[in-house]
Amino acid sequence: MYGKKVKLRILFISLLLISVALSIYLILKSLEENVVYFLSPTEIRNLVEIENKKIRVGGMVKNNSIVIDSENVNFIITDFKNEINVNYSGPVPNLFEEGKGVVAEGFLKDQSFLIAEKILAKHDENYMPPEVAESLKDK
Amino acid sequence: MINQLGNYSLYIALLISIFVISKTSLSLRKSSITLSGNIFSLISVQSIMVIISFLTLIYAFVTSDFSNETVYNNSHTTKPLFYKISGTWGNHEGSLLLWLLVLTIFLFIFTVESKNLSQRYRTLTLFFQQIIIFGFLLFILFTSNPFSNLFPIPNEGTGLNPILQDPALAIHPPILYLGYVGTSIIFSSALAAIISGSINKSWASHIKKWVLVSWVFLSIGILLGSIWAYYELGWGGFWFWDPVENVSLMPWLCLTALLHTIFTLEKRDIFHSWAVILSITTFSLSMSGTFLVRSGILNSIHTFANDPSRGVFILCFLFILIFLSILIYFFYQKTIKENLTKPYLISKETAVLLNNLFMMFFLSVVLIGTVYPIFLEVINNEKISIGPPFYHKLLIPFLIPFLFFMAIGPNIKWINDKIGKINFTQVSIFIISIIVSYFFVKKYGVSYLLSLPLFILSIFLFFITIKDFFGKKVNISQKISHFGFSLLILSILLNGVLSKEFSSNMKVGDERKFLNKTIKFESIKVIKEQNYQSLIGEFNIKDENNSLSLKPELRIYDQPQTITSEADISSTIFSDNFLVFNVLKNDGFYNVRYQIKPFMIWIWISVILISFGGLISLKKKNV
Repeated sequence: MYGKKVKLRILFISLLLISVALSIYLILKSLEENVVYFLSPTEIRNLVEIENKKIRVGGMVKNNSIVIDSENVNFIITDFKNEINVNYSGPVPNLFEEGKGVVAEGFLKDQSFLIAEKILAKHDENYMPPEVAESLKDK
Repeated sequence: MINQLGNYSLYIALLISIFVISKTSLSLRKSSITLSGNIFSLISVQSIMVIISFLTLIYAFVTSDFSNETVYNNSHTTKPLFYKISGTWGNHEGSLLLWLLVLTIFLFIFTVESKNLSQRYRTLTLFFQQIIIFGFLLFILFTSNPFSNLFPIPNEGTGLNPILQDPALAIHPPILYLGYVGTSIIFSSALAAIISGSINKSWASHIKKWVLVSWVFLSIGILLGSIWAYYELGWGGFWFWDPVENVSLMPWLCLTALLHTIFTLEKRDIFHSWAVILSITTFSLSMSGTFLVRSGILNSIHTFANDPSRGVFILCFLFILIFLSILIYFFYQKTIKENLTKPYLISKETAVLLNNLFMMFFLSVVLIGTVYPIFLEVINNEKISIGPPFYHKLLIPFLIPFLFFMAIGPNIKWINDKIGKINFTQVSIFIISIIVSYFFVKKYGVSYLLSLPLFILSIFLFFITIKDFFGKKVNISQKISHFGFSLLILSILLNGVLSKEFSSNMKVGDERKFLNKTIKFESIKVIKEQNYQSLIGEFNIKDENNSLSLKPELRIYDQPQTITSEADISSTIFSDNFLVFNVLKNDGFYNVRYQIKPFMIWIWISVILISFGGLISLKKKNV
């Protein structure tokens, strides 16, 4: 019915469309799995159930809350409404200090306890992660 | 007083810009306009004006003239001279002025080096480049003027973020900007060529030089940023898929695709429209890179200047430019004389096309990963971040076929080749790669599903690119770059698989065991430097036959008050020993991180090789 040329072209275009659709599907699926949500201690308190998913918690390091031994760093993140205990072992950034902003990434054990895998702090003494600034705003 | 000199010269540059735009816009319609000497001298004057204003700013920084607001915000009298100078572009206002400086200088170089080309093409390029310059001048003068005055004059500045006081990061922005801004010439000339109907082989061989220049600078700029992140951020990594890094990688991917396309266009006279689309995209990505980094939209681990209001201007400007270029593209598309001879399935043309397809896929992954969190936040106020697993999962499966095609692609002939002549050497190299990777993966117990094919193909590519050096002595630049790339992939892989890491909280005198090594925290001493205090820790790392002493440093700056840590890295050709320490509260504990990073140095060397290939290719044919 159609010439060979047209058939080839249809084949080419459909192959192209399929590969584009496939890559978009792959990207979106992978996005869904690998996204890390950012929560404040208050939002964690209000969680209905605790999923076994990596999250980020942001807030201020509570004064006098850092406890250190040779393997662990324990501290409390607060947004001045609610608090969460964090246990962490590993390298700590320079600006990790009491009374300064911090973001901890890890898994929730329960609503008041986070096992952190990574701690992020900014390179600027006045800097506050935008998420922290916002969750502190409605203090 | 001298401060105002910089300001006035920018206004003069703005006037020149308006004049040149109105003059050259005539050539949009009339095809017979000649570039008069007048316009040429105006462009020189404009570049000189921008140079003057840039020098004025440097002067203000060097003399710590705190009546200038930019200087006050970013400098301090006790800062070493070198960082006073680099402080000029270490901030929002200064870095934009640097952009502008490169824009005008590149335009000047373009007008000089394109003398033998068609007048209409030159005039139109000039026209589009002036529009970009005009936009940047407006932006600088009215939203982020580096010469605003401060009264009363403060005695002391607030200082430059200490983390930026570093030699690699001092030269990183200028080099990166040379790459970014080089793409503006490509953009302008592509639009000019499409209007004047001269997208053809000779355009390709002309613009090729600009593509190469931008590509080389962009590669080196990215390299410098990575090296800095490696030793300064204290994580021991060199790439974090951080949005700020991604925005420099995206134009690079696009430029790499363009580079291959331009070569093909020059040789075979095909892919006309595609080359134009890539030129436009590359520049848009460079502009958005600047916009995203400078606007504060990106929530990144290392963004510095933050001011959302300024972002709106760049965003509008960016949209106007993109809209304008798309309009021009569709309006003048018919002037493109596509060469309709279809390439054969097995030919170098197909290989280049494949390269481009992969580049576009990598680009879209990085783009989505970078932009998606911004969209999600705007749409439903959810805050998310996308980490390395996302990129690894999507890039690695596609990297495997990419490496395969990269190994065989360059050896395919132009026009038409036969699949039948499968090379005996290639097959044997492939078998050797399989054996080598099998034993490697088995020995080191790498448990990732795709690691075996990934190893096989990167080793395959590595051997093939080495073998190619012994072939015909043509296209040596391509061979060097491709070899560099295979070395890069292989070193990243080995580095990722074989890295070992240890971290602990230690007091002076403590000892820890790690693998077969003993790490001892011996002592700490304090030294007063020009603008900071330095705490130097002495660590000793011992195994059966070796003892290595590492002295990482903590710098306590007072202006502004910040602590930075300088890792101590001992590099050999096989492996880096990386040690960094941090202060933890004030009770004697230090957070110590020790890493063994194999083949680290080869990552840097391979990127240098990649860029070096580009440089050679630039020198080879001065068409």
